[in-house]
Amino acid sequence: MSAEPAGRRPRPLLPYLLIAPSLLALLVVLAYPLVDMVTLAFQDMTRKELFSGAAPPWAGLGQFRTILGDGFFWTVVARTALFTAVCVTLTMNCGLLVALLMRGTSSWVRAVVAGVLVAVWAMPVMVAAAVFRWLFDADYGLVNWLLSTLPGVDLARHNWFTDPWQGFAVITAVVVWGALPFAAISLHAALAQIPPELEEAAVIDGARPSQVFRYVTFPAVKPVFVMVTTLMAIWDFGVFNQIWLMRGGQPEREYYLLGVYSFIESFAVNRYSTGAAIALVTVVLLLAGAVLYLRQMLRLGEAE
Amino acid sequence: MGKRRVRARRLRDVLGLLVAAVIGFPVYWMVLTAFRPATEILSLPPEFWPSSPTLDNFARAMGTETFWANVRSSAVIGLGTVLVSLLVGTLAAFALARFRFAGRKAFVVVILTVQMIPLAALVIPVYLLLNDAGLTDSLLGVIVVYLVFTLPFTVWMLHGFITAIPVELEEAAMVDGCGRLGAFVRVVLPLLAPGLVATSVFAMVQAWNEYVLVYVLLSTPEKQTLSIWLVSFQTSFGTDYGGLMAGATLTALPVVVFFLAVHRKIAAGLATGAVKG
Repeated sequence: MSAEPAGRRPRPLLPYLLIAPSLLALLVVLAYPLVDMVTLAFQDMTRKELFSGAAPPWAGLGQFRTILGDGFFWTVVARTALFTAVCVTLTMNCGLLVALLMRGTSSWVRAVVAGVLVAVWAMPVMVAAAVFRWLFDADYGLVNWLLSTLPGVDLARHNWFTDPWQGFAVITAVVVWGALPFAAISLHAALAQIPPELEEAAVIDGARPSQVFRYVTFPAVKPVFVMVTTLMAIWDFGVFNQIWLMRGGQPEREYYLLGVYSFIESFAVNRYSTGAAIALVTVVLLLAGAVLYLRQMLRLGEAE
Repeated sequence: MGKRRVRARRLRDVLGLLVAAVIGFPVYWMVLTAFRPATEILSLPPEFWPSSPTLDNFARAMGTETFWANVRSSAVIGLGTVLVSLLVGTLAAFALARFRFAGRKAFVVVILTVQMIPLAALVIPVYLLLNDAGLTDSLLGVIVVYLVFTLPFTVWMLHGFITAIPVELEEAAMVDGCGRLGAFVRVVLPLLAPGLVATSVFAMVQAWNEYVLVYVLLSTPEKQTLSIWLVSFQTSFGTDYGGLMAGATLTALPVVVFFLAVHRKIAAGLATGAVKG
């Protein structure tokens, strides 16, 4: 970031004019709905008010009392937290491993790996969901056949979605597969920034490979690692598409995570206010992660 | 020592190719299934190599009633979103990259925070807002909403690209008699072109891939996008996996091609954007 050069007075109005259209768009289409969501959560809006346009009655803390007093809501919160933890851990570990591996390969192999990663990165979510449904199909899916070739395993006609734990394993696979490229590519870019002398010096000083990684390599990529981890956590916590699509648009109650729960309360049950209250609680929970991410991002920004 | 090094590298190469094969396998399987006759798809044990490829599945997928209307819809939404978001985003990015002004940091915080709000959480109020404005079931309404969700990323990326252009070039043009606008159009814009292309592809991909919002907003089958088409394909054709994989391939194809073409630029942009704040 360059400061305004000396000798020429900046016109103080210009930057504000330049950001005005962006600000206006963000205010109307984002800030207004956000405020509306908060308002909605304290009202009781149903289909009737949506169509008549009448102002919905106020409900005070009623919505929150209902959802927070409901054991099922807390089950969904715990399930979402567990799902996020598992997905993020898997994505970041696999991503780091792939990035480290890419560093030590010949350049043509690296190009192949990067090409595959980018292709997977670009795959639309609904395409990924469709492909994984086919891979895990009960009758002709490749996975059932492949696992059945192992001795002592018979998965012919096995339906992965009968048991929600197994179903979530498949959903986790889709999520991690889709998120892995972003993690691996970002981490690989960060690894490439480390001057080779740093690690060579550590080796000369007698550090074992595991020590080099722990005391030299990882600390150098830690800012990027933290940033990608928080982003992943935020995205996985709000996950909707993969579950919705893998369950064919009708997820069973065992498959509810916060995003799906809020959506169904609103659009399937037409309790818009309950849906908004759940969404609000989700956003508040996300804020914790957001603060972490912002601090990291601004700290990186200060290195201008 | 040298020999050991070569062997270690070869081992890593093999490992790298193995990892690429595992990660890329679902994509391969999708394309393979798409080109297969129905009888081969539903047979066990499965074949891992193509034999007797056919275009039947693609014909069936493209023959569905609304396919071409949905392609059009996706393209209109994608292009509309990208054009407006580039126009609005470049202005803000230029302000961030070239000026210090009161509230600059606050604007950066807003831009970064907005990226984290899950779209699914805002579906209800956004739907109500567009409902009031009479913009549900309209492509314009979708474009307006997508604009806001691609804008933060666009501004952040472009601001990185502009920062990388030496400010002295603009100053030289201005000394030579260009106005600020002239300097921007003649100096910054040509240098920014690759960055604009990369950013627009990324924004286009996001618009192309989005599902929840269009699912809620667009009810006329002809107006719906390819992502909805693909999902309804799953339900209406049951287990026609050949057709489904052909549809999936068609949906993914433009995105993957564009993405492969510009991904280096995007990685560079993310890096400059992140480091130079």
